[in-house]
Amino acid sequence: MVFNFNLLDLACFIPLFPLLAFVAVSLYAHRDRKLSHSLVIGGMLVALLLAQIVFWRAVTLPVGGGGRAYESVNVHWLVAGEERLTLGVYVDPAAAVMLFIVPLLCLTIFIYSVGYMPFDAPQVDPRYSRFFAYLSLFAAGMLGIVVFNNLLAFFISWEIMGTCAYLLLGSWREKACPGFDEITPREAGLKAFVVTKIGALFFMLGLALLYTEVGSLAYRDIFNPETLKRLASTPFLGTSTATVIALLLFGGAAAQSAQFPLHVWLPDTTEGPTPVLAMIHAATMASAGAFLVVRAYPLFQAAEVGVWAIGGVPFVAFVGAVTALGASLIAVVQHDVKGMFACSTISQLGYVIAALGIGAYTAGVFHLVMHAFCKTLLFLGAGSVIRGMERGRQQTHAYEFEEQEDAEGEREERSFDPRDMIDMGGLRWRMPRTFWAFLVGGAALSILPLITISFWSTSERVQGVGVASVNVLSRPDFWMLIVAAGLTAFYTARQLFMIFAGPPRTGAATHTRESAPSLTRPLVILAVFVVCLFWLGIPADFPLIGGLIPNWFHDFVGSAIGAGAQSTARLSGGGIAAHLQFPLMMGLAFALGGLLVGWLVYGLKPMRAGEMDRLEAGMRKLHLGWLHTGLRKRLYIDWVYRKTFVDGSIWLADALDRFDCGREEGARGVLDGLVNGVGSAGMVLSDAVAWFDTRVLDALVNRLAWVFGGLSNVAGWGDVHMMDASVNWMGVAARQVSTGLEFFDLRVIDGVVNGIGKTVRSLGGWIRPIQTGRVQRYLLIAVVTILALVLTFFMILQLNI
Amino acid sequence: MIYGIPLEWYLILAAVLFCIGIYGVLARRNAVVTLMCIELMLNAVNINLLAFWRYLEPGGALGQAFVVFVYVVTIAAAGVGLALIVALWRTHATVNLEDVNRLAG
Repeated sequence: MVFNFNLLDLACFIPLFPLLAFVAVSLYAHRDRKLSHSLVIGGMLVALLLAQIVFWRAVTLPVGGGGRAYESVNVHWLVAGEERLTLGVYVDPAAAVMLFIVPLLCLTIFIYSVGYMPFDAPQVDPRYSRFFAYLSLFAAGMLGIVVFNNLLAFFISWEIMGTCAYLLLGSWREKACPGFDEITPREAGLKAFVVTKIGALFFMLGLALLYTEVGSLAYRDIFNPETLKRLASTPFLGTSTATVIALLLFGGAAAQSAQFPLHVWLPDTTEGPTPVLAMIHAATMASAGAFLVVRAYPLFQAAEVGVWAIGGVPFVAFVGAVTALGASLIAVVQHDVKGMFACSTISQLGYVIAALGIGAYTAGVFHLVMHAFCKTLLFLGAGSVIRGMERGRQQTHAYEFEEQEDAEGEREERSFDPRDMIDMGGLRWRMPRTFWAFLVGGAALSILPLITISFWSTSERVQGVGVASVNVLSRPDFWMLIVAAGLTAFYTARQLFMIFAGPPRTGAATHTRESAPSLTRPLVILAVFVVCLFWLGIPADFPLIGGLIPNWFHDFVGSAIGAGAQSTARLSGGGIAAHLQFPLMMGLAFALGGLLVGWLVYGLKPMRAGEMDRLEAGMRKLHLGWLHTGLRKRLYIDWVYRKTFVDGSIWLADALDRFDCGREEGARGVLDGLVNGVGSAGMVLSDAVAWFDTRVLDALVNRLAWVFGGLSNVAGWGDVHMMDASVNWMGVAARQVSTGLEFFDLRVIDGVVNGIGKTVRSLGGWIRPIQTGRVQRYLLIAVVTILALVLTFFMILQLNI
Repeated sequence: MIYGIPLEWYLILAAVLFCIGIYGVLARRNAVVTLMCIELMLNAVNINLLAFWRYLEPGGALGQAFVVFVYVVTIAAAGVGLALIVALWRTHATVNLEDVNRLAG
């Protein structure tokens, strides 16, 4: 076989280097902190270079038959009897784009982490090296998801990420005091793990069904038109197999990318370190969920999920839209910098899912990619702000502690949290570089939904199904997304003003200084990328700035599903119908409105120290305080889950425990009762037997003895008078005999019995030292015995032969 | 390619792993390490199962099925073992097996 080397084959080495870095650090280099993070960053750097090569090669790849996808030679990977699973790489435009961003973002985050967790500080994190090792494994998992060519490898990488998220979220597991959301990091990690496992269960069921139906999990086999047609026409559970599989896969995606109702884990991840958040929310984990929908997009198209609709909206799109709206509502009232971004992540991924659900493939991928960039930038910026606040706090403590004994200082003393935006303010001049990066990220974030909405009007499915675009206004998902766009702009503005505008509201904010270059440089790099990349994806029909440069992104990614040609044709056709502009205009109006309201509420007159959050105050005034509280509590969904699932399983465990051994002192559980019952039944039985013995049997025996006594008295009379002489003689003889017997009894039999007793006792005394109570000694004896037996066995065998 | 490696090598590897496991179980004081060594022994058995299956009966997937079954049992055992260690920690505040000798007669 001639092996045609293609540059794209390099793709299979991309996940390898972070993986190697993980192995090297966790096995060999973990004692040397500096070496550890250098290894991890180096591994990622190599991955980045390879990924860039692959990306540019993929971009220049000619459009073949079946879209612009490349698949490498497969190797046999899992061989189970007749079944063979193969492993290879699969690079289509979506994967290429992901390959462009993921290593870049990961590398930025890694470099940032070095600055964020100073390794030469006195109170350095004891798990510093491990932290970097996990980060590296995390990145390897994500890269694996992107490059491999079958769903099983996808699933394995996916689970690697889930585990890493759990491990990394527990980085600060000593932190026992409840943080902002009253959940400890340990619990947050556990929650994330459990909720994503629910999704993994769906995913796995989907995979099993898919494998049974298709006999392969490779994309090439699943996503070819014939297979899809067959899957769509096979009836299953009252609908088609394709639908069931798509729904199961979507269950997995929904849990991973935190879609309603499985979104609960994501907001709590804010308890983890900020770089980890950037990994989970932006660069890798949550994006992977949406990427699953991107991957399985042909399946979703073939399935009836689109038809299986709520209010005329395809199911997937509906879930996405509800999530986008709900999460952005929750984000509006957050005080925690990171918590707000977490909700924003959920909301933005809702957009991605909604876009994919209505068939706007390109829009979905673009949103996914750009969101990853913006959110990484914002998270890292938030980390910089938090570090700044912490440092400011230390300064305040060092110099002004005595002066702060007034009521204000007391308040701050009790409830200081470096993440609380209420305590910030005026950081614009104190952290200029962070501010600009934040501004770029925030602006990009608030424009992003707009671009997606503008794609919406030209989405493939909306056109393909023949739904006239003017009908857009009658669709609930459109309105939800539009409102969410407004809210996105509003909460971004709110945050920017709260953190950076006005006077500093606490001593800590006053003493904040710009973070070290190791933190701000990644921010600058990311900001530059965000600005540059945005131009690539702006749709041609965007007002004013659209069409200045060709919409390269749409053509490239769209070519995966054959939509690129269509878009090009439309472009060359010149212009676009005016009614298609309408949704975009609406979105623009809402977003600008959101920004304007944000400015009016927070920017026009900056908040003063000790002032209540304006939004909260306003809602209180409008008698909407209950709504504010509800949103702060994330619409009570966590609470409901806690009350039902968590408390339910605790109750079940308690019930089982009670069933087993009983909770209270003296009370007995059923199982214990049963066991004890058997015991006491035995005792009662033996009591009864004893009673029978002493009362009935003894009485009988006594009575018999009495009868025989009487008889013997009678006989005695005859005896004394008639047979005494002979009997006396016999008695003497018998006495002699019995004396002999007694001697035999005392000496011989007793001797034997006592001898046995003594032997057993001395044996016990001899064995006693072995009974140390140490299980390992017992095991040792068992092992030695077995060895001795085996030896004997072999010797016997030898002798016989 | 795989047949280039003789079966015995796998068996030797498994035996070595098993011995390491036994040594660990007998000699190490830490309950967690002991548990890990037990897992090691089970995995040595798994290697044997797989090697025999691959070399002697490569037709069906019996060896793999066995190994998966062992995995399930192993995981259950690890769960119970870790729960025991946690319970040990809570009651005795130690995971050192030397200090746990309530079985002493």
